[in-house]
Amino acid sequence: MMLRLDHVTKVFRIGAFGGRTVTAVKDVSFDVAPGEVVSLIGESGSGKSTLGRLILGLSRATGGTITFDGRPARAGKDYYRDVQGIFQDPFSSFNPVFKADRVFAMIKESYHPGVPEGEWAERVRTALRDVRLNPDQVLGKFPHQLSGGQLQRLLIARALLLEIRLLVADEITSMLDASTRIDVLNLLAELKTRGLGVLYITHDLSLGNYLAERTIVLREGAVVEMGPTGDVFGDPLHPYTRELLSAVPRLHEDWADAEDPGTCLYHERGASGGLLEAAPGHLVACARSKTC
Amino acid sequence: MSLQVSELRVHYRTLRGDVRALDGMSFELGDGEILGLVGESGCGKSTLGKSLIRMDGRMRHVGGRVVLDGRELPIADDRAMNDFRFKEVSLIPQYAMSALNPTRKIRRMVGELLRSRGAALDAAELERRMDQVGLPREVLDRYPIELSGGMKQRMVMVISTLLDPSLLIADEVTSALDVSTQKAVARALLGFRDSGYVKSMIFVTHDIALTHHIADTIMVMYAGRLAEKAPADALVKAPRHPYTRLLVDSLPEVGVRYAERRLEGIAGSPPSLLDPPPGCRFRARCPLAGDECAEEPPVAEVAPGHHVACWKA
Ligand SMILES: Nc1ncnc2c1ncn2[C@@H]1O[C@H](COP(=O)(O)OP(=O)(O)OP(=O)(O)O)[C@@H](O)[C@H]1O
Ligand SMILES: Nc1ncnc2c1ncn2[C@@H]1O[C@H](COP(=O)(O)OP(=O)(O)O)[C@@H](O)[C@H]1O
Ligand code: SF4
Ligand SMILES: [Mg+2]
Ligand SMILES: [Mg+2]
Repeated sequence: MMLRLDHVTKVFRIGAFGGRTVTAVKDVSFDVAPGEVVSLIGESGSGKSTLGRLILGLSRATGGTITFDGRPARAGKDYYRDVQGIFQDPFSSFNPVFKADRVFAMIKESYHPGVPEGEWAERVRTALRDVRLNPDQVLGKFPHQLSGGQLQRLLIARALLLEIRLLVADEITSMLDASTRIDVLNLLAELKTRGLGVLYITHDLSLGNYLAERTIVLREGAVVEMGPTGDVFGDPLHPYTRELLSAVPRLHEDWADAEDPGTCLYHERGASGGLLEAAPGHLVACARSKTC
Repeated sequence: MSLQVSELRVHYRTLRGDVRALDGMSFELGDGEILGLVGESGCGKSTLGKSLIRMDGRMRHVGGRVVLDGRELPIADDRAMNDFRFKEVSLIPQYAMSALNPTRKIRRMVGELLRSRGAALDAAELERRMDQVGLPREVLDRYPIELSGGMKQRMVMVISTLLDPSLLIADEVTSALDVSTQKAVARALLGFRDSGYVKSMIFVTHDIALTHHIADTIMVMYAGRLAEKAPADALVKAPRHPYTRLLVDSLPEVGVRYAERRLEGIAGSPPSLLDPPPGCRFRARCPLAGDECAEEPPVAEVAPGHHVACWKA
């Protein structure tokens, strides 16, 4: 396994004197193999971005371990050669005083100093075209001169230039229009066949469904269900997964109201402690209480 | 007619010349109408929203008019527009959630905002509207950072509509929300219209399925111009513009197993708005393009309320 999380927990201290705590991530275990897209789904505040930041070494887990190639995941240049993240709000990821070409030049300086200028310029243009940006239209511009979708694609191009092995993509397609979004998803699908592993964080179930081999549903920091995408979406076992699926707007159907949550498979099978493996690789948590 | 936009041209000044972000947009919006606005990223949706409320320093009103409820909006005059902002037109910008002032508790922020508009805070009304969108009252005594994305978004919605503007422009307000919150926010927007807090609305989004559920009419923009505008159902089920057709075909759906099957995007990218080519702007990417497309297609009404700018529609 390339990336592995074992019983990862993250507790934040909040309030003036750190008197209160929030458990943002609770006992989460999963892995991502090379060439695999794993999608992480859940409502806002469910801990998706916190998990992404932990994996990227931007914050330290309170409990459990995160390893990459068997070594602890730690922020640093070596780690970032292999692992990069792209986040939700593209405006916050760019330094507003640098034009796009400067941003790419800085990547060369830190990660690929040996590449000749001319070749680097060509790589930049290829990466931009891969994300369907016209290099002449974006290279000379400051971040505020680009639209939200253009910026987001610029970030993806930047990650591609690093030739990384794992991409943590946190809601990267939420601001893209439908056709660009498909282009970006198809691009990720292509990179995956070349061995890139992707943790695809999204709240859009249809995109996760399109791209991911495996799906993890997160709620209040804990995994409620995970398994092969077709099983999780085709045969959702947890009432919460069913509720999410019913809220998805569909093109040719009316918006369904939440259906009867149904029974708790976990209890019916008399399971206890951890997740129940209902089918090969398809795990589900108890629906009745968050603690059992 | 609540809003009439005719031949609107708005450019951004840059060192390399003008970016023609809106290049002759015309459309109308009826009383009580919710207009869904979609289009490729960079086509000018946010520019349209900004033009109707506040142009930034680099924006230039080059031509065209905007009339709201029979009065012309002085969009080029930042000062004169003050009489209209919040009261007549209100905008919830893209990334509004991250724009809330982090150092103020919500209650204080709302008070300050209203005072700057010369209005007093009607606490009862504020609370009633918060109830309506499912926000607990203690939210008022919290800092923005202590709210979830969906809560912030609903709070921004309530604040932007407190003075009952005639027109509300909501720019990708649901894009960052999970499906259940998205549904709640979309329904809250419908409620605002039904309760008469806003008369009409422009709902900018990339989610065509979502806009189909809440909009009466959907307008598709391409490279600074109108491509197609039609009743929501017609636009989704029987689109006439080649761009709209490709767009609708590129939507992934849940409940479908894709495995190795891939949907297709639209090859190529939109033309540069610095110096757009003559003729139909979609020409270089259009599978139906022919010789006549070297000339700009006019916007034609092909069925009642169904407008298309394409020679072959
Ligand atoms: N300050 C600026 N200076 C120069 N060009 C700009 C500026 N702001 C926007 N543009 C350009 O104007 C065009 C329209 O941008 P706009 O933000 O309206 O797009 P949008 O349709 O809202 O896109 P998205 O879907 O990505 O939000 C784009 O080509 C963009 O690069
Ligand atoms: N730096 C932080 N300090 C305190 N609480 C935080 C911090 N970051 C996240 N949280 C809390 O952790 C929980 C999970 O947040 P997040 O991972 O951002 O969720 P998601 O990405 O799924 O929307 C939320 O309750 C959030 O308020
Ligand atoms: S006018 Fe011509 S190029 Fe433009 S959309 Fe129609 S067929 Fe295509
Ligand atoms: Mg997040
Ligand atoms: Mg925009």
